Amino acid sequence: MKTFIDAFRFMADNPHLLLAKTGEHLELSGAALGIALLLALPIGLWLGHLHRGLFLAASVSNVGRSLPSLVLIAFGLTILGVGFWNNTAALVVLAIPPILTNAYFAIDTVDRDAVEAARGMGMTGRQVLLQVELPLGLPFVLAGIRIAAIFVIATATIAAVAGGGGLGQIIVNQASYGLSGVVAASLWVSALAFLAAFILSVIRRAASPRPVPLP
Amino acid sequence: MIVAGGPVIPNFGSGSSCEVNNGWFCTDWVRQHWSDTLQPALFQHIELAAIAIGIGFAIAFALALVGFRFRLVDPPIGIVSDFLYTIPSLALFQILVPFTGISLLTVEIALVSYTLLILYRNMIEGLRAVPEEVVDAARGSGFTRAQTFRRVELPLALPAILTGLRVATVSTISIATIAPFVIAQGLGQPIYAALSQDIFKTEIFTAGGMVIALALVADGLLVLLQRRLTPWVRA
Repeated sequence: MKTFIDAFRFMADNPHLLLAKTGEHLELSGAALGIALLLALPIGLWLGHLHRGLFLAASVSNVGRSLPSLVLIAFGLTILGVGFWNNTAALVVLAIPPILTNAYFAIDTVDRDAVEAARGMGMTGRQVLLQVELPLGLPFVLAGIRIAAIFVIATATIAAVAGGGGLGQIIVNQASYGLSGVVAASLWVSALAFLAAFILSVIRRAASPRPVPLP
Repeated sequence: MIVAGGPVIPNFGSGSSCEVNNGWFCTDWVRQHWSDTLQPALFQHIELAAIAIGIGFAIAFALALVGFRFRLVDPPIGIVSDFLYTIPSLALFQILVPFTGISLLTVEIALVSYTLLILYRNMIEGLRAVPEEVVDAARGSGFTRAQTFRRVELPLALPAILTGLRVATVSTISIATIAPFVIAQGLGQPIYAALSQDIFKTEIFTAGGMVIALALVADGLLVLLQRRLTPWVRA
């Protein structure tokens, strides 16, 4: 228990260090998540709209799960060298599977009757996707983004071994910060993950379609 | 070839030119260090993952029995397992260290925690999806509650349970790679060593490839088990 009291004391004594590391952590995680969204979301949504590429969507998620984060970080470092991009690339690879797979299944499983009705009203494919399928599938799409965000924040911690900044730098450097610093940073990064998960849950709930009240 | 002041990478020893130059992939290094580094790490990794999956499965099954029978406790169990799942793995290890020390126990507690959400969710959803008419029919033909569970509900939930087991196995093998941050065990150890010693590429690619291969092989074996146990489900 004493270690935890010391850990909170460490937080109180080093707010600037923790905030600076949090900033780096968010920068790395945000960049990776942003790039992954740009790459995976359009592909997942479009394939779901066409009801094609089930094999791709399913195998991306299977392969993605079997890629250990430390291995990705190590491969990124080996292939790209030390820097911001080696870790960003590794995190992007990790974030793509949940986003792509969930986006695919979110759109693929939208009620066919709703889609037929929209088509019957003369909507183009693009309009059907953006005005019917996407709003209906949005909660499931956001669930995938939530999983990706949790993965990315967790793995950005491990990126510290490959020259990445962020809160992991404190966790892997017990020699400098002591056990209290390590535990403090661990609690801090956990809080960060919870915050991200919570915010995305709130957005997801807000995006869930509500029944329209009958007149 | 070794510079004064000691070798940069201990494994260099009297290595080939490929090893000394840290080439992309040195097959002779792999051959030389298979039995003293890679194979023990592989076996440790399998052990780490197997213990975690075994214990995680037992706990999740017990929780699922309780959560299935008493609906009231299902949300709290779900929230706690979701809570554990959200904690970054490296952080969970370090938060446990003050309690359980630098030990195998610390690693296993963390690994078990991550299996719970996946296994529990799949078990509960599998059991819930059993059609009510089927259960009624079983009860009507004189099955006791325990018999209905064992002979009707459990077999029908088996595909979902096995799917959960596959996901949990693959992710446990993957997360076990972080174990060397606490104890020097598993395939993460050679990766960690190679990272801290001038990024020895061969070791990183070999050990990393072995973890991925292990995960895929385990997944494949479980698919075979799934076909064997639930032949009525088309994979």
